[in-house]
Amino acid sequence: MTEHLLMLITIFVLAIFVGFEVISKVPSMLHTPLMSATNAIHGIVVVGAMLIAGAAIGGTVGHIIGIAAMILGAINVVGGFAVTERMLEMFKGRTEKRP
Amino acid sequence: MTATQTILAFAYLVTAVLFILGLKFLSSPRSARTGNILAMIGMVIAVVATCFDASIISWTDIIIGALIGAPIGFVSARLVKMTAMPQMVALFNGAGGGAAALVSTGEFLRLFEGSALPTWDQLLPIVLSSIIGSVSFAGSIVAFAKLQELMTGRPITYAGQQIVNAIVLLALLGLSGWLLAGNVSVPVFAGIVGAALLLGVLGVLPIGGADMPVVISLLNSFTGVAVAVTGFALNSTVLIISGTLVGASGTLLTMLMATAMNRSLANVLFGAFGAAPKAGEATAAAAAGGGAVRSASAEDVATMLAYSRSVIIAPGYGMAVAQAQHAVRELAANLEKRGVDVKFAIHPVAGRMPGHMNVLLAEANVPYDQLHEMDEINPQFEAADVALVIGANDVTNPAARNVQNSPIYGMPILDVDKAKNVVVLKRSMATGFAGIDNPLFENPKTMMLFGDAKDSVQKLAADVAAA
Repeated sequence: MTEHLLMLITIFVLAIFVGFEVISKVPSMLHTPLMSATNAIHGIVVVGAMLIAGAAIGGTVGHIIGIAAMILGAINVVGGFAVTERMLEMFKGRTEKRP
Repeated sequence: MTATQTILAFAYLVTAVLFILGLKFLSSPRSARTGNILAMIGMVIAVVATCFDASIISWTDIIIGALIGAPIGFVSARLVKMTAMPQMVALFNGAGGGAAALVSTGEFLRLFEGSALPTWDQLLPIVLSSIIGSVSFAGSIVAFAKLQELMTGRPITYAGQQIVNAIVLLALLGLSGWLLAGNVSVPVFAGIVGAALLLGVLGVLPIGGADMPVVISLLNSFTGVAVAVTGFALNSTVLIISGTLVGASGTLLTMLMATAMNRSLANVLFGAFGAAPKAGEATAAAAAGGGAVRSASAEDVATMLAYSRSVIIAPGYGMAVAQAQHAVRELAANLEKRGVDVKFAIHPVAGRMPGHMNVLLAEANVPYDQLHEMDEINPQFEAADVALVIGANDVTNPAARNVQNSPIYGMPILDVDKAKNVVVLKRSMATGFAGIDNPLFENPKTMMLFGDAKDSVQKLAADVAAA
């Protein structure tokens, strides 16, 4: 096992704990927006899609895979954040002014 | 490390920190919006930074893909109705899983084209992320089809189902082992992806509509894991951190939801919940209720509501289907004008997604401090004059408390039957999403107000104002 891989695994394990810790106190009221926000965050895969689509690999098949990965990644990121924002802008308390 | 690489690494670190802070801020309704904006900024930083990555040699495919994908995502996110939110999230999630699988496939082709055959440690993350991503993609599409009612929401079961699934799983494992053992070829890889897609479809088919929220949450965490493993394949720490955050938080959320229904995750996934109503159940329910259903007119109910001190409203998916949330808001406002104390009781799995009712009521401008979670509101039902159940069924079903052979036995419910009076607004006597009879309707304290929830609530709101 290379030193580099070991570092990646370390990051991975620490991130698991951060992930559990950071959402363990979310009230169920916010579960839908939370799910939608984490859904948008895994849209980070669009970065991987950019690297694959930009590497120009494997002729026609490579192009199709690159473009398709970009399309799906972009839908995930843009749609995920837009829909979360739309939900959250509706959550208002009694004290705050309503439109 | 070149200067650019160093800057990129720091940019990705900033992204990871912003994602973590964003999730942290999402834990309170006051700061949730800031949280989402922080995460958005993190995403923009990552995407801009990647534009400077030296391995990008051609922009055409990136731009074509972005120009097609981004508008689709944005427009559908703006247009979707709040009631259809669960299936929208399922679709976006499927897109992410599909993207992860495609990225791994692309990376496989890149290695395959290279001069030396890829080694097993290069292949392992690629194979894993294409499998998990494909399962998530196919599973999400089926979940979407069920929620959108493009297919039946009931569990689809057939003889030998478990055996078929086991065979597909074995084929998947066999092909993966074969590839990793050094038999690297495109057909084998295609076979792996095909088997994973099939497994995603077959895995979600036997799961009933009522359990879809848990499934979507689980598939969400699957996509997170797929993205993290893709990070191993591409050597990208930002993918590893972000994907793992989603994987871990999604797993936690899935377990919280399963707990809220008092079911194990295995029971949700393999139990075919709600497949066929059990024979003994109807009699048990009748025995518990011991009487006929009492139906009431809107005027009677309105008078009772107007002259009570405290009313607790328990909304369910039926309210959403009838688009009655604005009328409910009006009714609550009219009651409050008369000095009636109005609270909303939100069951954690009411609706088709955890927290779904909160989103719908927030859309109708009900302030969130009027919404109460189950554990907080349950002790208050005894003191309430009226519990008004609007389109909720399974989450108020007392069979969960005392009918041992009921499929929902043990699920925590809203104790609406403890209130002095119960009014149930319902379209008909049909069973809920889970397909189970509800003895609450036959309770002597219960009055049924049949009809479309929106019409009924509008009538109630008008009559309360006039009373």
